[in-house]
Amino acid sequence: MNLTLRIWRQKGPEDKGRMVTYPVDDVSPDMSFLEMLDVLNERLILAGEDPVAFDHDCREGICGMCGLMINGDAHGPQRGTTACQLHMRQFTDGETIDIEPWRASAFPVIKDLVVNRGALDKIIAAGGYITAPTGSAPEAHSTPVAKANADAAFESAACIGCGACVAACPNGSGMLFTAAKLTQLSLLPQGQPERYTRVIGMVDAHDEAGFGGCTNAGECTPACPKGIPLNTIGRLNRDYLQATAKGAGNTPGS
Amino acid sequence: MELFTEGDPIADTRAPAGPIDKRWETRRFEAKLVNPANRRKMTVIVVGTGLAGGSAAATLAEQGYHVRSYCYQDSPRRAHSIAAQGGINAAKNYRNDGDSVHRLFYDTVKGGDFRSRESNVHRLAEVSVNIIDQCVAQGVPFAREYGGLLDTRSFGGAQVQRTFYARGQTGQQLLLGAYQALERQIGLGNVEMNARHEMLELVVVDGKARGIVVRDLVTGEISTEMADAVVLASGGYGNVFYLSTNAKGCNVTATWRAHRKGAYFANPCYTQIHPTCIPVSGDHQSKLTLMSESLRNDGRVWVPKAKGDDRNPRDIPEDERDYYLERIYPSFGNLVPRDIASRAAKNVCDEGRGVGPTKLGVYLDFADAIDRLGRKAIEAKYGNLFEMYERITGEDPYEVPMRIYPAVHYTMGGLWVDYDLQSSIPGLFVIGEANFSDHGANRLGASALMQGLADGYFVLPTTIANYLASGPLEKVDASHPAAVEARADVEDRIQRLLAVNGDRTVDSFHRELGQIMWEHCGMERSDAGLRKAIGEIRALRDQFWQRVKVSGTGEELNQSLEKAGRVADFFELAELMCIDALHREESCGGHFRAEHQTPDGEAQRDDDRFAYVAAWEFTATGEPSVLHKEDLKFEYVHPTQRSYK
Repeated sequence: MNLTLRIWRQKGPEDKGRMVTYPVDDVSPDMSFLEMLDVLNERLILAGEDPVAFDHDCREGICGMCGLMINGDAHGPQRGTTACQLHMRQFTDGETIDIEPWRASAFPVIKDLVVNRGALDKIIAAGGYITAPTGSAPEAHSTPVAKANADAAFESAACIGCGACVAACPNGSGMLFTAAKLTQLSLLPQGQPERYTRVIGMVDAHDEAGFGGCTNAGECTPACPKGIPLNTIGRLNRDYLQATAKGAGNTPGS
Repeated sequence: MELFTEGDPIADTRAPAGPIDKRWETRRFEAKLVNPANRRKMTVIVVGTGLAGGSAAATLAEQGYHVRSYCYQDSPRRAHSIAAQGGINAAKNYRNDGDSVHRLFYDTVKGGDFRSRESNVHRLAEVSVNIIDQCVAQGVPFAREYGGLLDTRSFGGAQVQRTFYARGQTGQQLLLGAYQALERQIGLGNVEMNARHEMLELVVVDGKARGIVVRDLVTGEISTEMADAVVLASGGYGNVFYLSTNAKGCNVTATWRAHRKGAYFANPCYTQIHPTCIPVSGDHQSKLTLMSESLRNDGRVWVPKAKGDDRNPRDIPEDERDYYLERIYPSFGNLVPRDIASRAAKNVCDEGRGVGPTKLGVYLDFADAIDRLGRKAIEAKYGNLFEMYERITGEDPYEVPMRIYPAVHYTMGGLWVDYDLQSSIPGLFVIGEANFSDHGANRLGASALMQGLADGYFVLPTTIANYLASGPLEKVDASHPAAVEARADVEDRIQRLLAVNGDRTVDSFHRELGQIMWEHCGMERSDAGLRKAIGEIRALRDQFWQRVKVSGTGEELNQSLEKAGRVADFFELAELMCIDALHREESCGGHFRAEHQTPDGEAQRDDDRFAYVAAWEFTATGEPSVLHKEDLKFEYVHPTQRSYK
């Protein structure tokens, strides 16, 4: 396959950035999208040009490190697939492909296609956990968990923290990410004691980090490589409402 | 030139004597403690945020130490533990199928082909039950039965069902549990997190590990960080083969730099080749993808009986198929340990019975399981793995059998540590895959997650206190001559890499190094092949330093420079791996020497000559390393020829 790539090049945070066109020939349909970029970079290096910086690590769709806007779609055209798992057989010979970084005010560009997603970690640090210091755990079977709840908790926990939901959202909102973690933890008995302080803490951190608000645009779920459903945000809203009504869960007996 | 010299033997002096099931309890009691008020004044550096590093950093911070944590990824949640699929072993015996701490200990020592330390392995088995409790308390969504209790499944090398799992994403869920505990401590100000930072040198002051030199991967800034102790949790070195199931960034630099500063490197040749990976599809391939071992619970491995039979697999009748694992190993069948399954796949392909376009592949077939359990049940168990297979290969494994082939997956070797997980440099502790400790010459499936979390949550936080309590250490800062020198070495090396400005990319060298290693230091090794490899590696390393082209500067995000530094260290490691493999004139676990096999082709150990850990001491670049032997004593599990027949 022969392709034309139009790639966002930006030297650093202060640079304005621009789209640059690169032809790439002899692409095998069995290559992954990132392997296709590897081929381009090898060529750029030998030509004395700066290779395209992009984030990637596991290349098997689980670490969440890669993230590219491909023809305007987060992670590209194939549903439920990260950019690293996208293969060139999804494209046609002669196609022009636009490649851009995640664009959101909470994710400043570092260089080319690499952005800073540290804001997602801040949301987790603000409550996305169960307080269970090492050594304090009771015997695992002392609290059974209904299979339906365990399975649903798993579905939400499958989030890989890539930020595609934020990139796809017209508001740059991180609500699907936040709601996925909240849903996992609030479905489990171990997560109940901190349920309402957690939701307040995480939503506050979300807003402080510069993410936009959720207006139910619904662009996030189709972009999510793990298919986190939109109704997790409904669960977040319900918990948030209850939490504010209860004074952040600090009222005994609430 | 001689390849190595032999030095004094070494011994683990930390494991207490006495009955094996009392040793860890004794050690915990005898280890000195640090008063909570003093912990606040002590800083511990932890490099790496996978299961071992993440859990250790969180736990040390909970205990009150000041922790500085480093990872090269953009977030601690992305460490490669996240990609572990199948599960985590624990001797809970919830199945009432005869499991016990002693049986997990026995299976692990046997699975490692009698090349691990009994004391360490027993402790691992003891702690395994606490790990499951800890993870459940953190909200790890393990698979459960309808009654709400935890489900388990079988893994290779065991006849009990002791593997806990979260669909095909167990590593991810366990890592996120540790990551969330770590983030909690970051939020509380107890851990200072440094993502996108890479350790490039260890600082040793008066014989003790006192700090590291790191590069900020965004700005290129080099800084020296000092501490009371340093913990390396930087993972394994499988990427020396270029193609492996490791993440692209996985590297040996942190442990190799420590090795050059005096930490012994143990058993570097023990490499795990995982039997079930998606075969290589072409020269462009940048990494290999694992298909979880759990698939061997229900998938049946086969090749055609006849050579060169390239009919569609569905058209090959039952009696013309060779379910070779079931045939050769009737009692373990498709669930033999990884080293055995990998070698068997290689053997049938060498016979000309391999399948797929490259003929380097065997079938993993789910047709029987789908008939027996229904497609829905198979989807529920392995859905995500089947989808991943289809995305990569374009084939639907519900309809046609998967094609699989062995690939480099894990390295059992690593920095030598004693029972306290302390290396040969005082104050330098090594945990998880980065150390050599618990898996001998072959790791059993679902035991890496167990060891990473055992080290990080339970073992290191106890043993490091014993070291820190021996203080207070003299105050030193980044202006100490040893620290200044370490930093200057790092800066010099970066300048040297940038200055070559040759005509070959880093990746092209890495790929070629990987081919040499796979050919001669992979699934089968021989005296002649290893000697040839050592010559080729040295020649290629010289070429690297004359012809590599690294673009850009050191003062920016420069991924080509990052790779260059890692590959330079892989060259040095690769040579030591081959020397280790050459000197070990026996076959054991993942180390298979063509000259040493039983009449039916199984690994032939030589316990009289080689029942030891080979711990290598660095001398100088290009000079022979010194071999120190730690004799292994087996008091509880008597070494026998491993049989899974």
